[in-house]
Amino acid sequence: MSLPAELKYTAEHEWVAVDGDVARIGITDYAADKLGDVVFVDLPKVGSAAAAGRVVGEIESTKSVGELYAPVDGEVVEVNDAVVDDPSLVNSDPYGAGWMIAVRFTELPALLTADEYAALVAE
Amino acid sequence: MSDGERRSPLDAVHRAGGASFTDFAGWQMPVRYSSDLAEHHAVREAAGLFDLSHMAEIVVLGPEAPAALDHALAGRLSAIEEGQAKYSLLLAEDGGIIDDLVVYRTGNDRFLVVANAGNRLAAADALRERASGFDCVVEDESDDVALIALQGPRAEEILRNVDGFDIPELDGLRYYRAVTGDFRGHEVLVARTGYTGEDGFEFFLSPDAAPTLWEAIAETGAGAGLVPCGLAARDTLRLEAGMPLYGHELTRDTLPQQVGLGRVPVLGKPGGFVGEDAVAAGPGEGAPVLVGLAADGKRAGRAGYEVFASDDADTAAGVITSGALSPTLGHPVAMALIDPALAAVGTTVLVDVRGTRIPATVVTLPFYSRKKS
Repeated sequence: MSLPAELKYTAEHEWVAVDGDVARIGITDYAADKLGDVVFVDLPKVGSAAAAGRVVGEIESTKSVGELYAPVDGEVVEVNDAVVDDPSLVNSDPYGAGWMIAVRFTELPALLTADEYAALVAE
Repeated sequence: MSDGERRSPLDAVHRAGGASFTDFAGWQMPVRYSSDLAEHHAVREAAGLFDLSHMAEIVVLGPEAPAALDHALAGRLSAIEEGQAKYSLLLAEDGGIIDDLVVYRTGNDRFLVVANAGNRLAAADALRERASGFDCVVEDESDDVALIALQGPRAEEILRNVDGFDIPELDGLRYYRAVTGDFRGHEVLVARTGYTGEDGFEFFLSPDAAPTLWEAIAETGAGAGLVPCGLAARDTLRLEAGMPLYGHELTRDTLPQQVGLGRVPVLGKPGGFVGEDAVAAGPGEGAPVLVGLAADGKRAGRAGYEVFASDDADTAAGVITSGALSPTLGHPVAMALIDPALAAVGTTVLVDVRGTRIPATVVTLPFYSRKKS
């Protein structure tokens, strides 16, 4: 399981890359692996509001449906059209080309470190 | 062992191969090796290898075994020849489906009944009880039998090249027929059966010999595009082929006629069969029937999602029993039990996909048929 140390994580199996007041968000390698091959990604519109803990998107594999939760309050400032066009990027490069959305946040909540997330997944 | 802890005789092979596992009917079985889509496509285009050792094998043996099976099951099993296989149903008195099974006649008075893993005990108990008045014995041999399936258009070519696998009657082995082979000193029942919609074979053999056969086929087939496959690919393959799955399309609450299996029961066999009266009476007026649904886009209706007659209908007209984005066809497909008034091919219905009603069209099953050579 790959878990880049520079990223933050959530209990909903998402990663968060913070750059100033913008959080870039995707799902972890572990989550992608559990879903299986992702075949459909539904993302919110740029400019829409995100509320921490609320569902903002859907990630479907052949076998199941996963939800994308907003880890922060704020406004969606960017969505990854490439992953909508080619959902397999979620499996092949979950921390890179498979990113989902970027949110400009007002306040950053407490997030998990890579070690804390690894411990959560190991439970 | 507790739930979810039963392991296949091929468990070590799967773990060494990097498979991901799922709990299936109390067994830890591979859900995928690497990519369920790649595994699905490999079976359509080349070949795939499946471990089905969780399935149940029940032997019915004795001079009255044919009569016992005619009584116990909906079909006429006494009519099949040695070396022939037949799909059949085990029905309750009320006609509900206890299990669907494949029966192989492996001797004049010997039949191998292959049941679903989750129905092993129900099937074995029902067969034992129903056979009790006949001169035959019913033995649950599931623990002593491993099952490997080789499926796909290149299956036969790969099988012919497996070193040390001697199948004298492979030439001319037809679909739904089985012969005996020898794999390096181990007897193997080689059947031309499967659950993928492709040509292929299923091998019944001793658990001790299963890992060696698995590895021999995997090695032989690698150059021809064969990959080991998990249950995720098996499920999308059988769905595209319109094959029902117990617990989804088939349940204790469905009669064979409702799910497109009206051809399976044979009414009027000497002595009758359990469930015959209910089958003869048929389902009540308006009872739901199984249909195929196809939709545009990528959002698939899944098992349990409700089907509606219109955008503003308040009550559901049916429910999806299996559904997925078809890997071969590229659009969503589903099987659904719906109101017969909506079952005509070409009818548009609406599937509630997590709060959004998405149009789907009733189509004929199967969604996919292989090109016959």
